[in-house]
Amino acid sequence: MKYQPIIGMEVHVELSTNSKMFCGCSADFFGVAPNTHVCPVCLGMPGTLPVINQKAVEYTIMTGLALNCQIQPHNVFARKNYFYPDLPKGYQISQYELPLCLNGYVDIETEESDTPKRIRVRRAHLEEDTGKLTHVNNHSLVDLNRAGVPLLEIVTEADIHSADEAYAYVTKLRQLVRYLGVSSGDMEKGAMRCEVNLSLTDPETGEWGTKVEVKNLNSFRSVRNAIAYEIERQTKVLSKGGTIDQVTMGWDENRAITFLQRTKEGDTGYRYFPEPDLPPLDLDPAWIEEIKTGLPELPDAKMARYTGDFELTQKEALVLVEDRSIAEYYESVVAVAGDAKGVTPKLVSNWVSGELFRLLGESGRNIADVEIKPARLVALIELVNANTINQPAAKKVFGVMFKSGRPPQEIVEELGLQQISDEDQLVSIARQVIADHPDPVEQFKAGKETVINFLVGQIMRVTRGKANPQLAEQALRELLQS
Amino acid sequence: MAKLSLEEVETIAELAKLTLTDAEKAMFQEQLSDILEYAEMLQKIDTTGIPPTASAIPLKNVMRPDVNTLSLDNEEALFNAPQTDEGSFKVQAVLE
Ligand SMILES: [Zn+2]
Repeated sequence: MKYQPIIGMEVHVELSTNSKMFCGCSADFFGVAPNTHVCPVCLGMPGTLPVINQKAVEYTIMTGLALNCQIQPHNVFARKNYFYPDLPKGYQISQYELPLCLNGYVDIETEESDTPKRIRVRRAHLEEDTGKLTHVNNHSLVDLNRAGVPLLEIVTEADIHSADEAYAYVTKLRQLVRYLGVSSGDMEKGAMRCEVNLSLTDPETGEWGTKVEVKNLNSFRSVRNAIAYEIERQTKVLSKGGTIDQVTMGWDENRAITFLQRTKEGDTGYRYFPEPDLPPLDLDPAWIEEIKTGLPELPDAKMARYTGDFELTQKEALVLVEDRSIAEYYESVVAVAGDAKGVTPKLVSNWVSGELFRLLGESGRNIADVEIKPARLVALIELVNANTINQPAAKKVFGVMFKSGRPPQEIVEELGLQQISDEDQLVSIARQVIADHPDPVEQFKAGKETVINFLVGQIMRVTRGKANPQLAEQALRELLQS
Repeated sequence: MAKLSLEEVETIAELAKLTLTDAEKAMFQEQLSDILEYAEMLQKIDTTGIPPTASAIPLKNVMRPDVNTLSLDNEEALFNAPQTDEGSFKVQAVLE
């Protein structure tokens, strides 16, 4: 029997502020010597008071707006009480009844459908991160550099129905926070952490199964693999007539299995109450409006513009939009090209997602370091359009441009790559090629059409790739038919 | 009459990571019940139409700019710790 998976996700996003949520310590913790970014506030010493980091609130509002949430005007922070050594105060300052963002959604692309699927976001709230524990033999080491780093928790409704959808959701979320510049979104560095609530529904009875929580999802791959594994595990149990217990599972990346982490659910024990050390936060609507106006164009809007105005296909647009700095480079080239020069958005797209992506991948360089000025890429495309160089020569020129940033005209001249479009010259070269290759010529005359490509290839060889291939083929055909 | 059951006292003790003897449980059942009873006076006040408040001081919107201030150095940070190791606080092994 096929069960329907019902999945809800909680994603924690570390906000990339300079300072922590409630004190001025550096929010940098990755690769930093333990307990060097700490102060009496984030160490939870008595007599200290937290003060809200305005940037963290701004980043939360930005993300909330990008997630199509309603930003709540009246906000109260809450204490979540529990005892664990990574939590120096014995409570975490979080939000409970009054989160900053409510009722949003994210649209994701799926394999099954051309129209995007909508995942509802129940809430997004601001809280502080905990410290880091390292377990050594029979004791634990506590590093509180991470304690107090602003953390945004984003909770979906149970709208996700497969491992692929979950993967698409977290990927989209990372793309959004990167576009907004509010987080690195680096799962491998702990800047994004996922928890999954998963149950299987019997399609016949419509009955919801027991909810199992899966934690320790520290990479995009593990999100997909852990969910797929857990669906299979639960399906097996249910198919044999077994029952699922309400438990928390962990994901073991090395063994690629989920394992039982905790059986008892302690949710009721957090004794939330309003944080007495922080006055409430009543957001000025003018501030929210100002933040809204300052938002960058987001991926969905870019997609619509690329497939509409720029007449790109969905697939072409998707690869350009994926990364904001790529999209911005692409758009700057399109802007320089204007309407007049025959350098269409489509041609630019071909160069960016073709040669540029290839060379970026090969060199391991970042788009930010690319020295090809938009106007020079436009100039290169114009050289091709004007038949000054052919496509293979253009690629060669682009390679030199990628390394040096030099103007294409200069490179063309230096390497002598001007295309041979002189018909008399091409006819005489074609005559020589025909004379040198009697056998292929016979085959062509006998009706083997594809041999023409071999002969064109010979002309390209003789001209060291500089012949205009269309004119070369035309010259050959005329000679062979006469 | 006690407001809290013994089980509730046990739950609270567990959340506070405290181990109580039976005599202590009985004592805290009394004391915590007294506190609840005392606080119950507030329940008698009619608060219809008054929005809930999270704070008793007339302050709101206190925020600071996202600017780094000086942190403690590692030695200062660990100064009061009973046990330390490799620049970290050292505690008994914690297993969930
Ligand atoms: Zn601090």
